[in-house]
Amino acid sequence: MITITVNGQQHDVDAEPNMPLLWVIRDILGLTGTKYGCGAAQCGACTVHLNGEAVRSCVTKINRAAGQNIVTIEGLSAHNNHPLQLAWNEMNVPQCGYCQSGQLMSAAVLLRENPNPTDQDIDDAMSGNICRCGTYQRIRSAIHKAAEMQTEGAKI
Amino acid sequence: METNEISRRNFLRVSSVAGTALCLGVYFPANAKKGRLNSTANPEQPGVELNAWMRIDTDGKVTLTDHRAEMGQGSYQSVPQIIAEELEVNLADVNIIFAQGSQNKYGSQITGGSSTISSSYKNLLKLSATAREMLITAAAAKWAVPTSECYAESGSVIHKPSGKKFHYGELVADASKLEPPKEVTLKKRSEYKLIGKPLKRRDTPMKTDGTAIFGLDKRVPGMLFASVERNPRLRGKIKSFDDSEAKKVPGVTKVFKINMKVFNTMREGVAVVATSTWAAMQGRRALKIEWDDTGFEHINSADIYKKHEELLKTKEGLSFKKQGDPNAALASADKKVDAIYQTPYQAHAAMEPLNCVAYYQGDKVEVWGPIQAPDWVQGDLAKQLNLKPEQVTVNMTFLGGGFGRKAFLDYPYEAVIISKELKAPVQVVWTREDDMTQGPFRAGVSYRCEGAIKNGEVTAMKFRMAGQNIDHWSGPDRSKPNESTAESFLKPYFKSIDNISFADVPYEMPLPNMWWRSVYASTNGFGYESFMDEMAHAAGKDPLEFRRSYLKDEACQALITRLEDVSGWKSREKNSGYGTAITECFGSTVGQVVKVSRTSSGGIKIDKVWAVMDCGWYVNPDIIRAQVEGSIIMALGAATAHEITFKDGLPEQHNFYDYKMPRINDVPPIEVHIMENTSDATGVGEPGLPPFSPALTNAIFDLTGKRIRKLPFNMNAV
Repeated sequence: MITITVNGQQHDVDAEPNMPLLWVIRDILGLTGTKYGCGAAQCGACTVHLNGEAVRSCVTKINRAAGQNIVTIEGLSAHNNHPLQLAWNEMNVPQCGYCQSGQLMSAAVLLRENPNPTDQDIDDAMSGNICRCGTYQRIRSAIHKAAEMQTEGAKI
Repeated sequence: METNEISRRNFLRVSSVAGTALCLGVYFPANAKKGRLNSTANPEQPGVELNAWMRIDTDGKVTLTDHRAEMGQGSYQSVPQIIAEELEVNLADVNIIFAQGSQNKYGSQITGGSSTISSSYKNLLKLSATAREMLITAAAAKWAVPTSECYAESGSVIHKPSGKKFHYGELVADASKLEPPKEVTLKKRSEYKLIGKPLKRRDTPMKTDGTAIFGLDKRVPGMLFASVERNPRLRGKIKSFDDSEAKKVPGVTKVFKINMKVFNTMREGVAVVATSTWAAMQGRRALKIEWDDTGFEHINSADIYKKHEELLKTKEGLSFKKQGDPNAALASADKKVDAIYQTPYQAHAAMEPLNCVAYYQGDKVEVWGPIQAPDWVQGDLAKQLNLKPEQVTVNMTFLGGGFGRKAFLDYPYEAVIISKELKAPVQVVWTREDDMTQGPFRAGVSYRCEGAIKNGEVTAMKFRMAGQNIDHWSGPDRSKPNESTAESFLKPYFKSIDNISFADVPYEMPLPNMWWRSVYASTNGFGYESFMDEMAHAAGKDPLEFRRSYLKDEACQALITRLEDVSGWKSREKNSGYGTAITECFGSTVGQVVKVSRTSSGGIKIDKVWAVMDCGWYVNPDIIRAQVEGSIIMALGAATAHEITFKDGLPEQHNFYDYKMPRINDVPPIEVHIMENTSDATGVGEPGLPPFSPALTNAIFDLTGKRIRKLPFNMNAV
């Protein structure tokens, strides 16, 4: 048994220690918002937060996550209301939507560490996430929008 | 349950079940002359299914159906947005569901050819307006007032003089007993409240909190997971396999050999079934398989293109279209252009790898998956399993991209035969590597384009394409040319240029190939519009002015003027890196201008892309903009970043590390404009793709004088 905390809830997981976190989350815990895209840390569709850091869950073995804190897209906010989620809805970012959980999880770390990112900062933080539908231009705008919303929120 | 053929005029009928629930409706096939009475029976949910697309429950709940796949292009929003307009319901209040595959209920469900809106909007408008009028008639009868005093709004019928109101749920029982009116008045475009507005997509919230269910997310009680090792040589077989190590992997429950159908050939593989996707994949890695490649052709990419060139230089090919005598005009030309353009093989590489859940139970089969053509899958499974179509239930999930690959029938069938062997539900998951290396691929095609100029005017254009032909791959008739040989070429050119010919020079190959977003226009566009630029230069004319002088049609003239205005074309400096291309695809015309510059390290940078889309009548301008933006980025990848090459019969690319995708730092700003006109609706999801690569290489020619005739090319080494 390996104990992990996912979205604030503790789970005792019966899994091979080398099973990637991605498949534990999806197939054992049944949280399917985190996606399989490449299995090789190339596309970012599987991005989750491990102790607040964005990691590629497809190459993160479960024993590396033992006893630690994991947040998936399902835990990013309580009501789909993280500034990024609001901005994603506001700017009509997703097309097929498959990569967007990973895009949001990567962007969330960027925005936490850098409340006012430049285009270059966005490129640096987001270039690990592929979107085959080509929503990049809107992702960029939505991150700027979320940064604004976050700042305005902070003022209030 | 009783099923009858009934006349179209009686398409709306109701019966009561258990005295309370109204559960029968009449399906109204999109293109059929007759309606079909069918059960929608669910006594728990009393309501009337007014037709295949809309159901109103007696409590007023409205459910609208998206009969096409949602793979990013927006059918989940656009189809209900059309229905809600004439039905007079609030889009925010309705429940939207995906249709199941059906042979006759909706007309075609194949989500391809950018046809979702163009093929169904007129019918949907009429059906919705008919339902609304019947609800109004029912209300007027209840109040004993003239229908002219009543109107519908927000899911209710209102009696204008008194302000009395019935919500639709209170009217469906009466309305459903009425004869539908023969004629209904449709709204004018200026009266639309929803159509033409950039409404937010209803699927967005589900795609930002992880709740949207894609094929890979589908779970069925008792479901197992499978991963299949298929012969990497695409048409090879299995000599023998050893599964002793695979079976030792914890979680692996079963290993067996399967056949997978790819068009008319069978591919062999070994399925590993387990309690998790990971265990199945691990078990698969532990297999030892000896492949049998007897009779297999050891294909290499370099040979393919050498052969294309040889064919284009020696064969006239199968004539597809011809007017005048291009050879004679070429012989008497003052100036000639004669060039060969080459395009690569491509994988579809949707972000969601192929997968399908299947549950075979003898006399019935159910599948769930990211499926572009649920009606085709139903028909194919029924045929292959010797079942009736109604014994096969095909459920569409959201698709994590499709681009044509998910309109193929192999992966649902493979999942079904694995479930049949297991006698249990199973999800078959393709790895990224499976998805990328197994095909079918977009075929790499080469073009020879010849043009004649006399006294400064174009007198002839002669086009030949060489390569694999989708028509030939699936059909037996080798004597007919590819029906898409002239795809992307604008029809008005035929009126202004006397001598034009298109011919297809087939090159039969055993590589599996099929449609890929924008299909032949995706490669034709590069050949034909690069050539058009070369012709403009040979004629000494401005590339956009050149096109304007031969595209006399009013819509093209308007599009060119718009493109010129939005891109600042006229005020550009000479040789400052502007290029243009205009193509037609699935009825829509798209013109683009690309602006490039040199980077400090000597590469090429795209500064900006302007696109003008003419798709006639349209539903949601923001979805159109998104589709054109995405098409341009997909074209950017195919032009500058990735290709599938073959060595010894094996694809040489496997995953995103060697099939490189454009990333956020690679994409230029894109500005999309939509033409307003009164033409019928045409395609949206694909037509934005074909003009990009020629507009880009034409821009590079403008800046550097270097003509790029082979894709993909390296932007850092021009």
